[in-house]
Amino acid sequence: MIINHPLLGPCDAQEFIYKGDARLIDRPDGMSDGAEAAFYDYAYLRDNPAGEHRELWFHEQGDRSWLVVTRNTLTHEITSVELARDVARSRGRSA
Amino acid sequence: MRLPSGGQIDRTQKLSFRFDGQYYKGHPGDTLASALMANGVRLMGRSFKYHRPRGVLTAGSAEPNALVALRTGGRQEPNTRATTIELFDGLQAFSQNAWPSLRFDALAINDRLSNFLTAGFYYKTFMWPAAFWEKLYEPLIRRAAGLGAITTKPDPDAYDKGFVHCDILIIGAGPAGLMAALTAGRAGARVILADEDSRMGGQLNSERFAIADMTAPDWAAQILAELSTRPNVRLMSRTTVFGAFDHGIYGAVERVSDHLPRPAQGKPRQILWRIYSRRAILATGALERPIAFANNDRPGILNAGALRSYANRWAAAPADTVAVFTNNDDGHRTAADLMAQGITVAALIDTRADAPTLPGVECLAGAQVIDTTGRLGLNSVTVRLANGRTRKLKVGALGVSGGWNPNLALSCHQRGRPRWDDTIAAFVPTADLPPGMSVAGAAEGQFSTHAALSTGAARATQALADLGRIATPPDLPQTEDTPSRITPFWHVTGDKRAWLDFQNDVTVKDVKLAHQEGFRAVEHLKRYTTLGMATDQGKSSNMGGLAVMAELTGQSIAQTGTTIFRPPYTPVALGALAGRSTGQDFRPRRLTPSHTWATEQGAVFVEVGLWMRAQYFPRAGEKTWRETVDREVLATRASVGVCDVTTLGKIDVQGRDAAEFLNRIYCNGFAKLAVGRVRYGLMLREDGIAFDDGTAARLAEDHVVVTTTTANAVAVYRHMEFARQCLWPDMDVQLISTTEAWAQYAIAGPNSRKLLQKLVDPGFDISNDAFPFMACTEITVCNGCPARLFRISFSGELAYELAVPTRYGDALMRRIMAAGAEFDLTPYGTEALGVMRIEKGHAAGNELNGQTTALNLGMGRMVSTKKDSIGAVLSRREGLNTPDALRLVGFRPKNPKARIPAGAHLLAKGAQMLAANDQGYVTSACYSPCLQTHIAIGFLKDGAARMGESLRAVSPLTGEDIEVEIVSAHFIDPEGERLRA
Repeated sequence: MIINHPLLGPCDAQEFIYKGDARLIDRPDGMSDGAEAAFYDYAYLRDNPAGEHRELWFHEQGDRSWLVVTRNTLTHEITSVELARDVARSRGRSA
Repeated sequence: MRLPSGGQIDRTQKLSFRFDGQYYKGHPGDTLASALMANGVRLMGRSFKYHRPRGVLTAGSAEPNALVALRTGGRQEPNTRATTIELFDGLQAFSQNAWPSLRFDALAINDRLSNFLTAGFYYKTFMWPAAFWEKLYEPLIRRAAGLGAITTKPDPDAYDKGFVHCDILIIGAGPAGLMAALTAGRAGARVILADEDSRMGGQLNSERFAIADMTAPDWAAQILAELSTRPNVRLMSRTTVFGAFDHGIYGAVERVSDHLPRPAQGKPRQILWRIYSRRAILATGALERPIAFANNDRPGILNAGALRSYANRWAAAPADTVAVFTNNDDGHRTAADLMAQGITVAALIDTRADAPTLPGVECLAGAQVIDTTGRLGLNSVTVRLANGRTRKLKVGALGVSGGWNPNLALSCHQRGRPRWDDTIAAFVPTADLPPGMSVAGAAEGQFSTHAALSTGAARATQALADLGRIATPPDLPQTEDTPSRITPFWHVTGDKRAWLDFQNDVTVKDVKLAHQEGFRAVEHLKRYTTLGMATDQGKSSNMGGLAVMAELTGQSIAQTGTTIFRPPYTPVALGALAGRSTGQDFRPRRLTPSHTWATEQGAVFVEVGLWMRAQYFPRAGEKTWRETVDREVLATRASVGVCDVTTLGKIDVQGRDAAEFLNRIYCNGFAKLAVGRVRYGLMLREDGIAFDDGTAARLAEDHVVVTTTTANAVAVYRHMEFARQCLWPDMDVQLISTTEAWAQYAIAGPNSRKLLQKLVDPGFDISNDAFPFMACTEITVCNGCPARLFRISFSGELAYELAVPTRYGDALMRRIMAAGAEFDLTPYGTEALGVMRIEKGHAAGNELNGQTTALNLGMGRMVSTKKDSIGAVLSRREGLNTPDALRLVGFRPKNPKARIPAGAHLLAKGAQMLAANDQGYVTSACYSPCLQTHIAIGFLKDGAARMGESLRAVSPLTGEDIEVEIVSAHFIDPEGERLRA
C-alpha cells in the first residue's frame, strides 16, 4: 500500500506502524465522573467496519508523524490522509 | 527428434547436459524440455498420486507434468519446470517421485489401487484411529504422493531486492505487450516491459505467419530493437510478475542467473522486484486447455499449441508421425505448421461435425479420441469416427486443443471475478480489475494477432491519456486476423479414467464423485478433489473441472462460476522473498561504542533486542560462566565494577511542558521533580497493565532525559509520540530518541565515587552532600569532555551512570579502566547485572511481562490518584485489585544448593499439579554469591501477607519440584543504606 503523507508525499506502507482505530484520539478525562466506564469503552470497544475506516498510522521510518488514514477495509483504497495532530485539534484536544 | 531446419536455436554450438545421469546434447536457445524432446525423450516424470508415467504437456510456465529437480548440492531445486529451464552446458536434472527409476517405479502400484485413492480418499480412509494419522498415515502418504524433495544444504547464492518505479508497467511481451510498449515508449512515458521468458515476443516466437512483410519472430525482434534504444523503456526479460498488490504495486522475480551454471561473481541468483506503477497493462496472452479422454496422460500427448511451439521455436518434435485432436480452428493451424516443418500428421481429429478441412491432411470431422496405448510413451490412439466406427492410428504424439483460456490470473488478485464469454467459450476479465490495470490482447479474449496489436495500442493510449499524455498510436502492421471458432467440448464420455488435472491426478470420475457426495460449489470441488492445486495452480486443468461439474449439475458454466487466483502466479523461491536477510544479516546488529574494548577483554556477548551486549567477561582459569559471574558480582559489591548500559533507551524531552507531559505518561508524580533530580518512573498501558519503567532526570526546567528498558526503547518512543501528537497536541514539548547519541556506563560499588572523582574535572563537586542519591548534573570529564552524571543504582550499591557523546565512548571506557586499576575495577556483564538486580528485588522484563500491574509489582501506591495519567483509571479496576492479587515476593530454597527453576509455578505442599491449585509463578532466578544460596523472585497470590510460608516451586517442563520459603524480594540491603552512602 502507498500512504500519501500530507507533508512528505507518497510513502510505502512498510515505513509505517499500524496502531488501530482513530477514535483512540478521543481519550476520556481520567478525572471526570464515570471515567471508568468511559475508559472501558475507550480501551476495549471498537467497530470493525467492512468499508471506510479511520485509523492511526505512525511514520516510524520517516518523520515520526502520527497520521489518520481513511482506508476502505474491503478494497484498501485510501481516501484521505491527515496529520493526527490536526485531527486531534479539530476534535477539541489541546494541551 | 530434432527437425532438420528452423527454430530459434543456435545449431553451431552444442551444450552437454544430463538427465537422470544420462548424457545428452542440446543447443543454446533450447529449454530442458525441448532438448530432451529433441533427444527422443518423452518420459520426464511420474504423476503425484498414481505414479503414472508422464511427459511434457506445455511449452511454458503452466507445465503440470515435467517437473524435475535441477542442479546438485546446495543449489538443488525441486519442482522446476523443464519447460522453462534454459539449457546451459553441464546442466544436471533428475526426475522426481519415482523409485527406483523413472522407467520402473515401484509405487506405480498406486495406479492399480486407484479405486481406493479417489477424491477425498484420505478424509474417508484414514479416519481411525486418530493417533495413527500423525505417526503412520501422514508420513506414508507424504512418501508415496509427492513432488520433489528439498536439499538440506544451505543455499550458496545471494538474492537481492529491488525497488523500481514507472508510469506504465506492461506485463507480457507478446504482440499486445509489444504494441503497448511501443505506443507508450514513443510517447515518452516511463515504461517497464516484463516477460517471464528469456526471449521476448511471447506467442510470436512460436508462429509461422507474417506480420507486415516479416516473420512473426523477426517483427518482434525489430520492435524490441527499437524499444531497447529508448532510455525511458526498461525491458525486463526472465522476469515473472507474480502478484498485483495494492495501489499499483506489483511483485516480480527476475531470474538473473538461473540460465547460467552458477551466478557470475558478485551477481545475485534472483532479484525480487517491487514495481511501483501508475498504470499497468496485462498482456499475458492465453493458455491452452486439454480435452479429457481415456488415458489422455501418456507421454507424447501434449497441448496442440505446445506441439506447434516445439516445432516452430525449437525445431523439436516428440515423434515423426503425430495426430491432432481439436474442437477449434487453432488446432488446424497447429496441424498446418507441423506439416510445414516436415512432420507427418496422420489425422486431424475435430470434434465438430462442421469442422473445416485442411489441405494435406485427413480431417476427421465429428470424431473423438476414445483411448490410447503405450505405457511409457504413446503408441497409438483409437478414434471413434462420426459414423460410430473406430479407427486406430499409430502415432508417437498427439496434440490436443480444447480451446484457449485468457491468462487472467493477475486480474483476479484483488478479488476480480472473471465473466464467462460464450463466443470464445472461456472466462474473460471484467472491469473489476486492480485499480490502474487494463487488459489487452488474448488475456482479454482477443485471440487474433491483429486484435492483440490493436488492443495493445489502444490500452496504452488510454493509460497515457489517464496520465495526461497524448499519444499517436503507431500504424498497425498487416497480419492475421482470423476469427477464433470453437465448439466447446470438454471430455469424451467413457468408463476409463480421463485426466483433467495432470499434476494432482484428478480425473473426470473424481469430479463425478465430488458431485455425488455434495461437493458441488467450485471452491468445494477444488478442496475435495485437489483440482487446481500445487505448483501449476490449475492453469491447464481448472476449466475442464468446472465444465464437467457444470454438466453434472445441469447448470451453465457461467452459473457454475470459477475459483479465482491469488499471488503468486508461479512459485517464488523463499530465498528470493528473504533476499539478503539471512544468517548474520537476518536483521541489523547494533554495537555499543565499547564493543571493541569488550571484545579485547574476551567478553561473551548476548543479543538483546538488536544489540550485542557483553554477557560476562571470563578470565583464565574460570571453568564455568557461573564462576565468572560470581566473581563479577562479589568484586562489584566489595569494591567497584563497571557495566556498559548504553543500550538502554534514551529519550530527550524538551519544552515548557516537559515535566507536565511526563506527569501524564508516568503513573507516578513528575510535575514537581526538581531540576538536578532523577526519579524512577513506571509507565502503564491504557488498560492499566505495566508497560515499561525507567528514570527521568530533570537537567533543566524545560529539559528532562528519560530512560527506557533496552527492549522497549522503540515502543516507548512511539507511545510518547502518540500521546504528544494525538492526545495533547498543544503541549509545548518535543521528543527525540538519543539512544545512539550517548554512551553510558554504570559505575557501581563502594569505591565508585573515589574512582569517579579521578575522572570528573575539577570544579564539579560529587561528594555525597553536593551530589546525593538520585541527583543528576551536566559536567565535564577527562579535561573537558561533555558528560552527564546520574546518581542512580540498579545494583543496590553506591552507583553512578556516566554518559558521554557516543564518539567518546570507547575512550571513556579505557579511561575508566585505567582510573579504576587501583580499586581492582571489574567490568561486569548482563549476567552479573541480572544477579545484582534480583538480589535487590528490582523488576525487569521478566516481571514487566505484559500481564502485571503496579499493584502486582509492589508499586500500587505509586499510581497517583491526584492526577490523570495513562492507565491510571483502568489500573483501579476491581478485577485487578482483588485481595488475593499477585504480589512480587522473593524465594529462598530450603536447600541453598537447589536451583529454583525460572518459570516454575507455586503450589502448596501436597497439592496436585493442577491449574486450580496454582498460587503464582517464579519470574527470575539466580545464584546469589553474596548470600551463597540460590534465590528467586516472582509473583504469589496475596504474597505480601505470606512471608515465611513454605511452598513448592514446580516445573513440569524440567521435572523439578523444589521447596521454597517466601521472603521479601529485597534480599540485600533492604533499607537502601548502601546506595545513599
